[in-house]
Order: sequence, then C-alpha cells, then structure tokens
Amino acid sequence: MSAKSLAGLLVKILGRENVITAREDLLCYSFDAAQDVPAAPPAVVVTPRDTAQVSEVLRIAGRYGVPVYPRGSGTNLSGGTVPLQGGIVLSMLKMNRILDVDPDNLVAVVEPGVIIQELNNAVAPYGLIYPPDPGTVTTATMGGSVAECSGGLRGLKYGVTKDYITGLDVVLADGRAASFGGKTVKNVTGYDLVKLFTGSEGTLGVITGITVRLIPAPEARKTMLATFDRLADAGNAVTGIVKSKVIPATLEIMDQVTISAVENFAKIGLPTQARAVLLIEVDGIPEVVEREAQTVMSVVANHHGQLRLAGDERERYDIWTARRAALPALAQLKPTTVLEDATVPRSQITIMLEALEEIAQRYNLTIGTFGHAGDGNLHPTILTDERDREEMERVHRAVEEIFRKALELGGTLSGEHGIGLAKTRFLEWELGSAGLDVMKKVKSALDPHNLLNPGKMIPGGSVQHG
Amino acid sequence: MGSGAIISVLQALEEDIIKCMKCGNCQAVCPLYAETRSEPAVARGKVRLAGAVLKGEVEYTQRLAEHFDLCLTCMACVANCPCGVRVNEIVMAARAVVAEKIGLSMPKRAAVAGLSRPALLDAGIRAASLTQGLLFKTGERGMLPRFPIGLEMRRVVPRLPGYSLKEILKEGYSVPAPVKRVAFFAGCVTCYVYTGVGRAVVDVLLGHGVEVVFPKEQHCCGAPVLLAGDRKTAAAMARSQVEIFSAVGADAVVTVCGTCGESFRHYYPQLLDGGKDLQRAKLLAERTFDITEFLTDVAPLKKDLLGPLEETFTYHEPCHLGRGLGVYEQPVRLLAAVPGAEYAPLKQPGRCCGGAGFFGLKHYDLSLKVLQTKLRDIATTGAHQVVTGCGSCRIHLDDGLARHRMPHQVLHTVEMLARSMREVSRGWGY
Repeated sequence: MSAKSLAGLLVKILGRENVITAREDLLCYSFDAAQDVPAAPPAVVVTPRDTAQVSEVLRIAGRYGVPVYPRGSGTNLSGGTVPLQGGIVLSMLKMNRILDVDPDNLVAVVEPGVIIQELNNAVAPYGLIYPPDPGTVTTATMGGSVAECSGGLRGLKYGVTKDYITGLDVVLADGRAASFGGKTVKNVTGYDLVKLFTGSEGTLGVITGITVRLIPAPEARKTMLATFDRLADAGNAVTGIVKSKVIPATLEIMDQVTISAVENFAKIGLPTQARAVLLIEVDGIPEVVEREAQTVMSVVANHHGQLRLAGDERERYDIWTARRAALPALAQLKPTTVLEDATVPRSQITIMLEALEEIAQRYNLTIGTFGHAGDGNLHPTILTDERDREEMERVHRAVEEIFRKALELGGTLSGEHGIGLAKTRFLEWELGSAGLDVMKKVKSALDPHNLLNPGKMIPGGSVQHG
Repeated sequence: MGSGAIISVLQALEEDIIKCMKCGNCQAVCPLYAETRSEPAVARGKVRLAGAVLKGEVEYTQRLAEHFDLCLTCMACVANCPCGVRVNEIVMAARAVVAEKIGLSMPKRAAVAGLSRPALLDAGIRAASLTQGLLFKTGERGMLPRFPIGLEMRRVVPRLPGYSLKEILKEGYSVPAPVKRVAFFAGCVTCYVYTGVGRAVVDVLLGHGVEVVFPKEQHCCGAPVLLAGDRKTAAAMARSQVEIFSAVGADAVVTVCGTCGESFRHYYPQLLDGGKDLQRAKLLAERTFDITEFLTDVAPLKKDLLGPLEETFTYHEPCHLGRGLGVYEQPVRLLAAVPGAEYAPLKQPGRCCGGAGFFGLKHYDLSLKVLQTKLRDIATTGAHQVVTGCGSCRIHLDDGLARHRMPHQVLHTVEMLARSMREVSRGWGY
C-alpha cells in the first residue's frame, strides 16, 4: 500500500491534524537518542488521542501489513523507536492526561504521554514521589519509560520502573484492548502480564494506560562526596557500605577520565588526580539518615577515602552538579558519544572498572566511565567520531568486549537502556538459544505478523509490507 | 556576501551539527515544544534538518523554511545542551540558506524592507541605500506597516507616541568633567514606541557624570533582519552601524535591549568578513554594554542619587539579555538598591515570553500561548511592576497584560532607576 493511501485511511480516523506526512517532518522522527544505530524515516507519523484511535490504527496496520513503531519522547538510548522499516510511527504524546492521583491507595493513573516529571509534580502536593529517576526524567514519557523499563540514580534503594507499575492498559497487535493488574498491592490473578509488557520495548503491544505505585517522599537526606586514590578502594567502599546494612538512595561513581572532564568543564574543585570518586546520598527519617551517614563516613575512611559532607542545600547542589555534568563534560570532548550500560553484580564493580580501562587501552580509545555503582550499573562512555570509520570499527569491537566481560562477571548486557536496535545481535550471548526461543515464542504469540516495532529486541525476522 | 558565503556559514557549523547527540534534553526547556510537542519544533529536529540541508537530503521547500522559522531563538536549548551545540546559530544560518533559495515569506520581506531602510521609518535621515538583492527584487513597499511589529492586526499595539526619539533627544549632552563618554544606541522599539526609555538613559547617565552622544543616523541594529534570514542586508546594516558608531569615538556604546546589544557584541563581528570593518566591529564589540552592565561595571550606580519607590517589582529576563549577553544579576541588583523597592522573583525569570521580534508575525497564536505561562508566573508573584530589558518583550507583555486585563505596568530597568532618581532631583533636561 502506498504511503499516500495509508495516510488517507489514517486521516479518516484521526483527522488531518494528527497525521504527519511531509518529508521534512518525517526526517525528525527517523531517530531517537541512541548513537551509532541506523536511522530511517517513517511513512507517516500519527498522534492518536485515545485508546479507540490506537486500536483503529493497529487494525489498519494489521489489515495492510504495515509496521507500527510506538514512540514517546524518543529519548531512549537503544534505538528502540527508530522506524527501521518505514511504516507508522505511533506518537503517544497527545495522550497525556494524569487521570487519577489516589493518595489513599498510594497510586496514580496516567496516560502514556505524561512526562515523568509532570507526574512527580502532580503527586508532590500529597507528599508522595514516583521513585524511578532516569536521567531523562524531565523529557521522557511514562509510556516510553514503562516500555523501556528505565532505571536511574535511585535504583539501589528504590528499584526501577517495573517495581512501580501495578496496572497496564494495552492495545494488542490485532487492535483489541486489554487491561492487566490494577490498584491493589497484591494481585496473582493469572500470569504477571504487567511485568511482561513492562520493558517489552513496544514489541508486544501499545501501552495506553498506566497505574503506578507511589511512596512517601523521604523527609531528610545527606549527601557526600568521597575521593579515592585507588580504584579498588572505591569499589570496596561500595560493597562495604552495603555490607554495613546501609542502602543509600544514590551511590554513584566517576572514574578518572570523567573526573578530569567534569572538572575541566564545570570547575567545581574536584581532585583531578583521584582515581575515582563516589557520590553518596542517604535519605529517609532524620535520625536514621544521621546514623547511616556516620556509617558511610567510617566505611569510606576505612577504605582510605577522603570524604566531603554537604553542609547545606548549596553544597548538595554542587555535588550533584558534578554528577550531572558527567555526560555533558565527556560529550564535549569528541563529536560522537557512545554510551553503554553494561551491568555487573555490585561486588564485581572494581574488576569491571579495571577491565574497562584495559579495553580502552587495548583499542586505543577514550572511555570515561561513570554510573550507578551501587547497583552495578556502569556507563562506559566511548568518545569517538562517527566519521572515522577505522576508529568506529575499534569502537564496535570494544563494545563487544565490554558485553562479554559483563556477562563473564555474572552481569547483563543492559541495566536500563534496553536492547532495541543496538544490542539485538548480542541477545543470545546472555539468553542462550533456549532462552531466546522463549522470547521468540512470546513475540509470535502476541504479534504473529511481526508488525509491532519490528527489528527491535528479537534478532532476525523481517516483515513483508507493500 | 555571495551564495557561497551564505552556505559556508552553515558549513562552518557542521561540527556543532555532528556534536548533537540527539538526547532530547532540549525538549524539557523549549517553550515551543511545550506547546506543540512536535519534533521539528524542537532543537534536535532542527539540527537534524540542518544536517539534511548540508548533505542535500532535503529540498528547499516552504515547509522546510517554516520549520526553521518555528523557533524563538530564545537559546533555552543552548543553555541546556549537554554538548554545547549552538542551536541558535544553526537556525539563523539555516534560515539564511533557505531564504536565499526560495526567498523570504511576505511578512518577513515587508518587515525587513522597513527596518533596513531607515528613511521609511523616520524622517529620512539616512539614504535608503542599504537594501539590495534579495529584498529589493520583490519591492514590497505597499506592505509596510506603520512599524513592522504591528503587522498582526489582532495584537494590542501600544499607543505610539507619534514622534521618534530622534526628534526629542539632542545629538549630545555634555557634563562638567565627564567620567566617561558614551554613545547611546536606542534601537527601534525605544526610538518609536517606548521613547521614555531613551529619556531615562540620558537622565541616569548624566546623573552619573557620563557624557552622552546620540548619533542621529543610527538605525535598526539589523538583528531582526539577520534572524529573519536575510544575512546580506544584515551585513550591510552592520557595516553602516559600525561606521556610524566608530566615528563617534566614544568610550562605550550603551544599549537598552539584549538583542541590539548582541548585534554590536556578537553579530557585527560575525557579519563583517575581514579588513578594516571587522577590526572596527571588534573594537565596538568590546566596548558595548547593556545599560545595566554599564551601571554595574563601568560607572557604578550611585546609591545616594536614588529616592524611595515603595513598590514590589518582578523582573522578566529577556532571552538575548540573559543567555545572549550573560546579563543575569545586574538589573535586579541595581533595582534592589532603590529604597523601598521589593523584588518578587518569577519562578522562571529566563523563560521566553514568546514575543521574539518577528516571531509573532506569523505565529501569533503560538506566541500568545507561550506568553500565557509568563503571565501566570507574573500573576503569582504579587508584584504589580514588571521590569524588563527588551522592547520586543515589553510589547508582547503589554499586549498580553491588556488582553487579560491584568493591572501590571511594564517598565525598563533604566526607567525605574530614573524614576527613583527623580524622587531626589528633577531631570537633567534634554
């Protein structure tokens, strides 16, 4: 079917203002925030207003065999929303109402186009928070964030997106709408399909409604910056803190390359000769926070670290400025920034950090590593230039080695960015052929014609459409 | 500036285009994205399109021009960009490239024609020799409004004083033993709409022992023309302006609008490609100060000149004054020195009001939507006095306040200082 007649059909359902076909516009939907993945413009972008319209779009897509690419803000880092085979980009941005904030049940119900920060703003007056805190909290949509199961800075203590989703409304590939879960804390009715669709990257259905769990906002917090002359000391301090029965809300690490870049960029007085810094925040009830901070301080001292405690909001802000500046500062150094999220068990952090340095050296690449040390989720960031083919070749080989190493240490390919387009070819390394087979069966059961976000997550398989 | 030169400006920004890692952080701060939620409206979409222009992946269509036009050049994205991509420059360069291929849109043509020919704006002081090429071919004289910002007929236009600042100010004002000699650049809105700002500048500077020269040949700074995409005319205007102000030989050029200030400090050196002109432009750039910078760094405000004003004020930070010239603290610090004046800050002082010069010509509804956020912010401060430092912002704010029957008054920072000074002494006369 031609793009023009497809658009004609969609206009009938959605109205002209919700169907985009100009080439100049489509180019702007050909990519997302992932680097070093292919880009392709869709045939059409549609912005449905409600679930019924989503159903209609999927029915048309099914009838004519057109691939459908659900999209929120397009801020994911795995190529998850790139419309690789053309077709329809299903932008959920106009379904952006917060339907219910329910402090009695500690839940909220939102449409997928709501921005994460908007949800937090809406629940703040009740003294509540929605804890998942990805770096894109001010831009990413709830729908995208559920589909990608995004993580963030508070993963260690508060968990990730999937730990807060209690109910989902989903439109299936055949256009039928289904609902799973709800507002209750407990629910064991049937398979846990809420979890199945959470993190399904748009390959199994289109999320049109989300029920999330909220928690009381912590009353107090203490923020600390610890510097270390040896990587091993920093790594051991991370495990040491947790072993001392303190679970910080945030426990971040930056390596030497990152520290230098940040200091050069933001001039906030970081010790550039340090091998690693940890940024630590404990939160909760004031008395507990006080005691936990004391414990953290003594663990850091035992591992030869220098500790700086933020005395007030201003100093706390400075510490987090350092962390927030990590990616920008690194990104300034070279034109292309390949950001990975290989993740290992917390106890393997030191080994992983050392391996990353060794890989950088062997492939003659600049890799700055920062990330969520507390949950083993590191962000080795390779600084390169996409125009330099020879270097990109080395980048690809280095990335493969990073994944191999993470798996060898009992870790995973992706802690929070997802598989998308970027890591499909590595999936079998982690899942094995039997595991991959389960995924393929789930996919073909729910999307038999492979029309939902084809080419993502599941390796191989292409769709016929004309 | 030939056609090769126009595209070369965009080519020179290729590194910036490649540097964009498409993270989408621009979405969080773009006032237009907040209203449209459309990828071509936000910086990373435009950067992608600019890249497509360089690679020859897109045709020069009206639609493409519209996408580059759909930008307030408020630089909120630039300030929030992890990679430091100069999005405003990419947009400006892309507008010029597209305009060169398919011409400017009609309202833009009319506005550019008016601004670049000062003879049409005031009594004909300087010959209409600046405009050539692009604009002249179409000859849109008939479209010229009384002043270009009023093109949108629905707009609540401030009552024009009926005279130009050039008719009421003298060529020069001397003081005994001057501490500095300053050339005052007024800019269009101060010249033709809010002339009181010009009078306040003279009052305040004279009060501080500063000699003021007001070159009457001065004309539009050219920024609106440059932002519209007519780089060639903007360059001609830059050359003329540099000539006029270099001839004065003053210690400093003082501006009262962030965009005019950016012209002198940033755009003129970029527009003039070498030789004597460039040298003189650079010299002027170093000596250009917003009036609030001047009263902070060069001839510091004398507090004993200030009389009491029992007023609560809030401050709207113009994009080109704040992010453009880096003037953030100075206006508020100066006003805080006024006895009795109380500052009630906006939640987002630096968020664009939506005025953005010519933007409202074509996108009036959208610019009003952006303004709504600003008006809500103003309403919650409890201040009745809104102070700002840009004529375009002020027209837009006045329009919105009138529309919503809000009682607030808008003043320029220097006007409030002048009022405070008048509480102590009468004006210095002009």
